Amino acid sequence: MIFLQLFWEFFKTGLFAVGGGMATVPFLYDMGERMGWFTDAQLADMIAVADSTPGPIGVNMATYVGYTSVSEALNSTLMGVFGALVATFSLVLPSVIVVLIVAKVLKAFKDNFYVKSAFYGLRPASTGLITAAGCTVAAIALLNIDLFKETGKFLDVLNIPALILAAVLIVLTNVKGIKKLHPVVFIAFSAIVGIVFKFGA
Amino acid sequence: MKELFQLFASFARIGALTFGGGYAMLPMLQKEVVEKHKWATEEELMDYYAIGQCTPGVIAVNTATFVGQSQRGTLGAVFATAGIVFPSFVIISLIATVLTNFSHIPEVKYAFAGIRVCVCVLILNAVIKLFKKSVPDVVAGIIFAVVLLASVIFDVSPILIVPIAAVIGIGVQLWRCKQK
Repeated sequence: MIFLQLFWEFFKTGLFAVGGGMATVPFLYDMGERMGWFTDAQLADMIAVADSTPGPIGVNMATYVGYTSVSEALNSTLMGVFGALVATFSLVLPSVIVVLIVAKVLKAFKDNFYVKSAFYGLRPASTGLITAAGCTVAAIALLNIDLFKETGKFLDVLNIPALILAAVLIVLTNVKGIKKLHPVVFIAFSAIVGIVFKFGA
Repeated sequence: MKELFQLFASFARIGALTFGGGYAMLPMLQKEVVEKHKWATEEELMDYYAIGQCTPGVIAVNTATFVGQSQRGTLGAVFATAGIVFPSFVIISLIATVLTNFSHIPEVKYAFAGIRVCVCVLILNAVIKLFKKSVPDVVAGIIFAVVLLASVIFDVSPILIVPIAAVIGIGVQLWRCKQK
């Protein structure tokens, strides 16, 4: 029974959460309140984990919430893993169906004047949206906005160690020979620098 | 069969190496999908992203479905989608069952503060690459600037921005046709 409910709840979330992983968050708060599968505090912890593990945040959240809901309701780890599977599948199903339909329609009208013109407008907009997302990450990673609000000193707003790391990375990722390395190399390097210099402590 | 498995493996790699959600996936996608396997061009990748923004669901999943579909039809879409989901499933299940206080370990926090800096730089490099291809003229440059401002300063939702940009694109090209 709980699996059917889980399927239905996550199918709805997958269908109506438009605009990426974080868009699923309000649906999950609502789900916790209505179904009583998990508390708000548990959800906050799950968001923190989903945000700090690899993979799309929305998928991470579905897996985690599916596991927690079922393992607590049925008091079984194995059933919890099955719950994670059901939640993830249900979240992904509606978007796979919609994208398959859109992809087929687009293929048929690829050379259509209107479709081509629409993409002329969509491409710079898409780049703009990605840049905006980059700015949001940059504000969190490179600036100390909270500290600045507390002290009001202009120099406090700059997260100096982070800015130095960013400068080093900009140079490394544009040097011939090094820049062809897989991005994960730079990510691993930054993780080590973060641990050694206690970033964000 | 080999290509289906390649789709699964490639997207599993992308899923396992992406930290911080859909946008952070872009550098990995450029590496695996555009440079390594040539399953899509930079422009097509951007189209998938734009559509992924205004179709329901997680952007990373939508992009995987798109690339899989373009290579091997519906079955390809299923394999690519399963691939991107697989690492999350394994990692989260492990954390949920074994490492329950994972996100409270100090070293994990320090590492992610470092990784976030790297994600910024990777996104910056990805954007520079995309900008060269997606902004061929002044009008496209204006669209880019307006979207960036609307999104950063006024927090306008992508669901609104994407369809408007498509309509403006059509309007501008129609007007250009008439001028000729």
